[in-house]
This record gives sequence, structure tokens and C-alpha cells, in this order.
Amino acid sequence: MCLAIPGQIVELLDGDHHYAMVDVSGVRRKINIHLLKQEGAHLGDWVLIHVGFAMSKISEEQAAEQLRLLGMSGEADEAMQEVLGYQFGEGNKT
Amino acid sequence: MKYVDEFRDPELIRKTSDEIHRVVDPDYHYRFMEVCGGHTFSIFRFGLQNLLPANIELVHGPGCPVCVLPMGRMDDGLSIARQPGVIFTAFGDVMRVPGRQGTPLELRARGADIRMIYSPLDALKMAIDHPDRQVVLFAIGFETTAPSTALTLLRARERNVSNFFVFSNHVLIIPAIRAILDSPDMRIDGFIGPGHVSTVIGAHPYEFIAKNYGKPVVISGFEPLDLLQSILMLVKQMREGRSEVENQYSRVVPAQGNIPALQAMNEVFEVRPFFEWRGLGFISQSALKLRPEFARWDAEVRFPVEGVRVTDPKAAQCGEVLKGVLKPHQCKLFGKECTPEHPVGALMVSSEGACAAYYHHVHLRQAAGE
Repeated sequence: MCLAIPGQIVELLDGDHHYAMVDVSGVRRKINIHLLKQEGAHLGDWVLIHVGFAMSKISEEQAAEQLRLLGMSGEADEAMQEVLGYQFGEGNKT
Repeated sequence: MKYVDEFRDPELIRKTSDEIHRVVDPDYHYRFMEVCGGHTFSIFRFGLQNLLPANIELVHGPGCPVCVLPMGRMDDGLSIARQPGVIFTAFGDVMRVPGRQGTPLELRARGADIRMIYSPLDALKMAIDHPDRQVVLFAIGFETTAPSTALTLLRARERNVSNFFVFSNHVLIIPAIRAILDSPDMRIDGFIGPGHVSTVIGAHPYEFIAKNYGKPVVISGFEPLDLLQSILMLVKQMREGRSEVENQYSRVVPAQGNIPALQAMNEVFEVRPFFEWRGLGFISQSALKLRPEFARWDAEVRFPVEGVRVTDPKAAQCGEVLKGVLKPHQCKLFGKECTPEHPVGALMVSSEGACAAYYHHVHLRQAAGE
């Protein structure tokens, strides 16, 4: 529940609905970036992801640290499972 | 000190730990509450208690959403799941929370269409993909997760999806902290403030804890060093006779919070007059329900539920553990009838629950031959 997964924005999708493609440890997934509206989201930004939504922007160093933390605490697999489990990006219906 | 060398900057960890030992008042027993389940998990996982003086006690707070969900709410949700035509969706943690008639997983084995999701948007997509079914999202979580549910509902309205419903169990952290502060059997000296929740609500909502109750608050990140630094900041505040809200996690938490998140929550949700919390009882204005404008998508309107109150299994002492009155291993069922594989109470379900975190920690240490 409280997992925050670091990813990097590799593609900005339909601007209206605030979606982006992120790369999480080599896995590409669509996520919602509406909550970054104020900060602004750009290609190459690193973000913390929670239940399919980018919660905040972080630095590349923080992203690496967060990945390490997930690995150290045995949560890395669960984090990848979550990212792979997002279904809303398939078929572009949501 | 077994893990320290694996941590980032072990030298700084040792230094911080030494400094905590140096600045504590040796004659005082400190009780700090980490409010967030993610912090509870980190504290156990990294054995941080070993790096602290014996007179600093960490009390595990109510910030684990499935842990504070009362059994009656679970039953209400599952009564919806049993209705014909319903696809009931829930996060992984929820799937193993026992109701009176068993867990969602067990109910699924008996034929109900219950599916695990990773995002509220997954449930919305399911509704769009299955227009002939009623898709119900069992929504759970604090302010970290509530904006995601709110944005999903706004999207459902925009797309005019009429077969998607939200059963909201979203709860608010501030009223829970207030209830703890007002509880006569709890003495807490200071709070380790939640990291992710604060990215949404900011630092200001905690001010009353410092100003009105005179307790220091330090919003903390999740790494071992973050938590140690936050504990040091709490001890220093007490030593200097200050009670302020400090932000150790300012690299991620903006003081004002996340405005788009707060706006979405405010547009979709209103505060319930009261809501039951496991272990803490009824707390006024502590949870969120859908506004009347969103009644079309409100599972509580579409599928009236009993709203039963169910007491926890007699022998389980979840309430006392949740309030920090008992330690997990002091519960009669801990590690015997109640394990992460077969949880009797919700604190054993989620890795953020104090009991599951403690159980895994003990087993890790046994495995390491300690």
C-alpha cells in the first residue's frame, strides 16, 4: 500500500488526461501524472509512483536510493509486480 | 548493528546513533509514535531499535489502512461482492483481511467475482471493459491514496461510465492523531510524521500538535538514516524545550502539500460525521465519503449495506496493539493462531501492520542465527 516506486518519464502521452509512459527498472508502463500539474512534468523527470499515479518529482539520486531501499527491504519484487500489474494503460480505454 | 554496513552512508548512521545516545536524558523514558505503516515496516526491517538507546520506545501508530479498517466494514464490502453481476475489486492487502465470513480470497474461492487490482484506474478500466457488470472498487487508504480514487471518479464522470462504483473507506490521519492525543491511556512524547501522506497534505496540518498539545513532530523519510535523524530531531526539540513541526523529508514534502491532489479530494469527497476505526473506536470527522454530486458512483448508495458493528475475535488484542498499549508479541494469539499466513487480526495482514512487521523481523533474526 505504502510502496512508492521510482520511475523515469520517457514519453508524455495525451496532454488532456495527464498520462505519461515511465520506465521502472527497464519496464515501461503508463501512469497518471495529474498530480504533477503544478510542478510540471517533463521528459526525463524522475517521479515517485503510488497506485498508478505519480505523487511527486524526485532527483535521480533519490530515485536510485529509493530503488536500493526497496531492494534492501525485500520489496523490490512487490514493486515490480505492482508496476507490471497496472492494467489501465492497456487498450487506452481509461 | 548487523545491517549498518549495507546502509547508505553507514558512517553517518553510526554518528547519528551515537549522537542520539549522547543527547538523551538517561533518566527519562521516551515514547515516540511513528504514525505511518511504511515507517513501522522500515523500523522493523532494518532493526532500527538496536541503534537507539534502551529508553527510547517506538510506539507503532494507526497509519496502516487495512489495520484500522473495522471488521464490520469488511463485511459490508463483502456483502456487496456477493451480489449477482458484481465484480468486486481491491488492493492486494485487502484480499487477506478477514471478515466474519472469511477473507475476500476465501469468498472468491466460493465463487464470488473478486479481483485484485494495483490502481483505482484498473477498476475503472474493468468497468469500461465489462459494461454488463457492476464494478465496485473497495477504496482504502489515507491521504496518499485518496487523491487517486478522487481522480479516478472524476475520470468516470468525464467518460460517463455508469457501472463503476466506489465503496470508500478513505481515512484521514489528523483526526486519528488527535484521538490518540486525547486518549487517556496513551502517553506519547512526540510524533514521527508520515512521509507520503505529507506530500499530499503538507506540513501545516500538524501545527496543532505542536501548538495546542506541546508535542514535537518531525516529518520523516523512509530510509534508516531518515528515521534516525528524525528521532534525533525529536529528542533535541524536547531537550531544548521546543515543540515544533520540523520537516526532515523536505526533499520530497512541500510545506503546502500537493494542491492538485487536495483539489481533487475536495471536489469528490466530503468528511463523514464519524467513522469507526479498529482499536480506536468511533472518531468524528475522520473519514471520507463521496459527495452527493457523485451519488451515481457511490457504492453505499447503489448497494445499501447493513453497517454492522462487529467486535474483533475475542482473544485477539489488535486494539491494544494499535494504540501502543501492548507490543505485538504480548498478544495471546501472536505467532500461534495468528500468523501472516493465517491472520486472525488485520495487523498481521499487511507488511505495514505492527504484528506482521514484528513477526517477520523475529523470523529474520532467527534465520540469521541471532
